[in-house]
Formats: sequence, structure tokens, C-alpha cells
Amino acid sequence: MSVLVVAEHVRGELRPVTLELVSAARDLGGPVAVAVVAGDPSALVEAVDVEGVDEILTVAVEPDAFETDVVQAAVEALIAEREPDAVLLGFTVDSMGYGPALAAKLGLGFASDVFALRREDGGVVAERSFYGAKVNAEVEFPGHERVVLLVRPTSWAPSAGGGGATVTEVAAPAVQSRARHRDWVEVEAGDVDITTADFLLSVGRGIGDKENLEQFEELAERMGATLSSSRPLVDAGWMPNARQVGQSGKTVKPKVYLALGISGAVQHLAGMKTSGTIVAVNSDPEAAIFNVAHYGAVADLFDVAEELEKLF
Amino acid sequence: MKIVVCVKQVASLGDEVEFTSDERDVDPDFLDYALNEWDSYATEEALRLRESSGDGEVVVATVGDEDAEEAMRRALAMGADRGIRVWGDGLAGADPITVARALAEVVRDESPDLVLAGVQSSDAVQAATGTALAELLGLPRVAVVTKIELGDGTATVHRELEGGLLDVVEVDVPCVLTIQTGINEPRYATLRAIKQAEQKPIEEREPGDLGAPAARVRRMFVPPRGEGAEMLDGEPAAIAQRIKEIVEERLR
Repeated sequence: MSVLVVAEHVRGELRPVTLELVSAARDLGGPVAVAVVAGDPSALVEAVDVEGVDEILTVAVEPDAFETDVVQAAVEALIAEREPDAVLLGFTVDSMGYGPALAAKLGLGFASDVFALRREDGGVVAERSFYGAKVNAEVEFPGHERVVLLVRPTSWAPSAGGGGATVTEVAAPAVQSRARHRDWVEVEAGDVDITTADFLLSVGRGIGDKENLEQFEELAERMGATLSSSRPLVDAGWMPNARQVGQSGKTVKPKVYLALGISGAVQHLAGMKTSGTIVAVNSDPEAAIFNVAHYGAVADLFDVAEELEKLF
Repeated sequence: MKIVVCVKQVASLGDEVEFTSDERDVDPDFLDYALNEWDSYATEEALRLRESSGDGEVVVATVGDEDAEEAMRRALAMGADRGIRVWGDGLAGADPITVARALAEVVRDESPDLVLAGVQSSDAVQAATGTALAELLGLPRVAVVTKIELGDGTATVHRELEGGLLDVVEVDVPCVLTIQTGINEPRYATLRAIKQAEQKPIEEREPGDLGAPAARVRRMFVPPRGEGAEMLDGEPAAIAQRIKEIVEERLR
């Protein structure tokens, strides 16, 4: 019984989800090993040497940037050698590129977007959501001695402190990389930095039409708020990338986050749930945004917006 | 150029929910169905690649019962040429690895130049089927793609990372790409196209050996919700007044 955590990093920096995975691994119990697959893994050892980590496995690979074939081969080799009964990866874009492939190839148990974990009678039980996060499910893995789980970021507090784990170098397997990193492109900086705003007025699909956007731009100005949005408005080309809140956009932590017509997709919640005070207005009483909101109102957002215009 | 697009009919919940008697899923009477949003972007991207290459075929593949053909017909109405629907024992409510196994055989038989799938489905959000499928087909893959440029034997794609950072990736073709929303603007099917799509062929297939399921739902339940949320009741004017008070107090 042991857990293998795969560290995530990008451009030389450890991703915060890695230390959350260590906390998740401690919920499962058993010795915890953290794999660092990187160009210079030794540079990341100190960052992952936290409470709950028993061993750090370093695999030096070329290139340092994530490539699915390279990372998958390294993790496969570590699974074969260490025989962990649970492999924990982040529910992140990198892991989406090889986690399910590991499960398919090796015939392992699999679940992603997992936000709670425990063992029952020796078997792993994971919790995840279905149907727009409106229902949760306990998932089990009958007949599997080993599982690969992609864990939802920000579900566990990051592990900290500690230190003194054993460090073991493991040779990288030879592999032909069929999807090769070529370059990075940064998202264009916008006219405003939503991550530094104290007050965000954030709009979602509920505003219905591009023509309605102007009304909320004006409302934000009256209220002294900065306008941001959820992903669908950016996909539709109504809002610039720089104003997108969520996992693929910006992570924000304003004093007040006022969400109008945002249902609360998991990726959106990950980008705003630590805001100081969250106020949500949505016509759907079952909208997931109410799970993280401090104040909620089930109402037509246009009716509320009209009343707010009178008050500010 | 032949492109296979893997699509799914997804289910969404309304205001009310009841579970099946074994509590392993939602009672279908409480679900509404549609073509998965990510898959409509994948279908659109396949159609654009076919159009820019001058000729070729777009085949949509799905795992689902007869009712799931409705979603597939949406993709056909957008312009895909034909469909393949896989269904059989062990596929109702199947995990994404099992779904990938069911798709692998039919996709392999098509020998496509490119396989596209949505990043994830809106009802299960596993983000796994495309990547698992690539492994079973022995193909390279890139997950969460927001741009595709086809070259000679390779494609240059944008992989969208967290925080909006883009990874420019050169991938060998054929390959599997999972498509992110926003990569294009999916076309609306005209009434005429919807009518024509009714005549397009959908082949029915049975899956081969699916192996053991990768997971099983033991119990579904409504999560405890809104625990910390204080609900603001009353007319819109009263709600707005409370919001004003909250905002002013927190920003003071």
C-alpha cells in the first residue's frame, strides 16, 4: 500500500497543485513518493520536500517542458518499479494528456476531477461530481489493485513544513516523443489586471446576448467594480481573454466577487472561490455557484441589475 | 483527408432530481439531452479542416443507445458525412476508459488521418476519453487544443494551459487532438441541413472485448449545498439593497 504523486511544474516553477496532491495522498495513507520528472529535477526537490513525503524520485528528462510521451514513459517506469496502489495526478491540462492513457494501457482503475478520497476495506473510494456539479458520487474500483486518479485543484490544502525525504535518482526510459514542445505563447495582457481588483462584477452566460454586455459595463462603472466574466463569454468573443476568471483564465481573490448569471462550472469556481465575499445572483436555485457563495439570490439578474443601477 | 470526430450525447439536470432505485445514477426522467458543447467545436474544426484541404470525409462516432442518435444528427446537420454508433452490454453509464475501448475498434477500422474529440463532456467532466483512445490506437495525442495548423506529416497546435499560457506543440500525424471551446465558432445547422441529415447513414456497431470497467459509481447523492450561503430573499429591489449594503461594508 503506497501512493505515487507526480509533481507538476511549468517553466521551472512547481505548480501549487503538487503540494495539494501530497495532502490528498496522506488522506489515503501509506508511504508517499513524489516523482519529479523534469530537465533538472534537483532544482525542484526542495519545493516538494514537505510534510508527508517519504521519498522523492527524480527523473531527468529532455526537454524540461511537458511532453506527453516523455512523462508517460517515466511514470510508467516508476509504477513498474515502485508498484504503488494509487497514482495521484492533478486534474490539469498536462495530466489530461497522459493520465487516462496510463489507465487504458495498464488496465488500471481511473477517475478524474476527484475531490475526496479514502480507503474502505483496503479499496480506494473517490468522490466526484456529475451533471454540472449538481450531484456527487462515490466511485469505487472493483477488481483493481491500482488506480490512477486526477485530483481537482484547490480541493486539499497544500502540505507544508516537514522535509528530510529520501531522494532517489531514477533513470529516464528511452522514448520517441511524438508531440514536441516548440514554444510558449503568453496570453495578451489586457487593459486592466483583474487579479488586483478589490471588487469584481463578473458576468456569465446568463446575460444572454452580446448587446446586453454594455449594460453591465455601465453597472460595473457605477458600482466602482471591475468587469470580469466566465469562459463562455470569452469563447464567444464578447469579452477579452484578460478578463476571464477561472482555471484557464485568471485566479482572482478580490474583497468582493459579485457573480451575475454564472452557473459555477468547476473550472470557474477554482479561479474565484477564495474571494473574500462572494455574492451570486442566478435564476437557477440549483446552480453550483451557490455552493461557494457567501450570499446568494435566486432571481432574474436583469431585474436585480436594474435595481442596482438605481442605488449606485 | 479523413477525420473521425468522437461525439457524445450529454445529459443535464433541471431543478429537480430523483435517483434510480439502485442509487447509482439519476433517474433518466429528470435529464435533458443535447450534443456535448465541446464536441460541437470539435465537429466544426473537422469541417473547417476538410474544407481547407479541398476534399475528404468527416465521420462522427459515438457510444450510446438509439436515442443518442439525436445528438449525432446535430453533428451530421452541421456537415459531417456519416455516423457510427457503438452500443452493447456494459456501455450504459460506462467510465471513459471503457468508452475509449468501445471506440478504438471502430476508429481503427476507419484509418483516419486525424481524430478529434471534445476535451470533456459536460455531464461527466472526466476529460479522459480522447487521451485513452489515442493510447489504445497507438497514436500521439495533444489534450486541450485551441488552434490547429496542418503541415506535412505533422500538425502545429496550441495547447491551452492553466492561466491562459499556450504551449506550441508539433505533433506527428495521424494523431488524436482533444478540442477546447472557443477554438472556432460552431456553425448553426439550417433547417434544410437538419432535414438532409436525417438521410445520412449511421452504421450500428457492437463493441469488442471491453475488459473490466475502470470505475463504478457506488452511490449518487445531492451534495449538501449552500451551507455557508445566506440566501437573500424578497423582490429584486430588496435583493439589490442588501447587495449594496454587503458591498459597501466589505469594501470599507
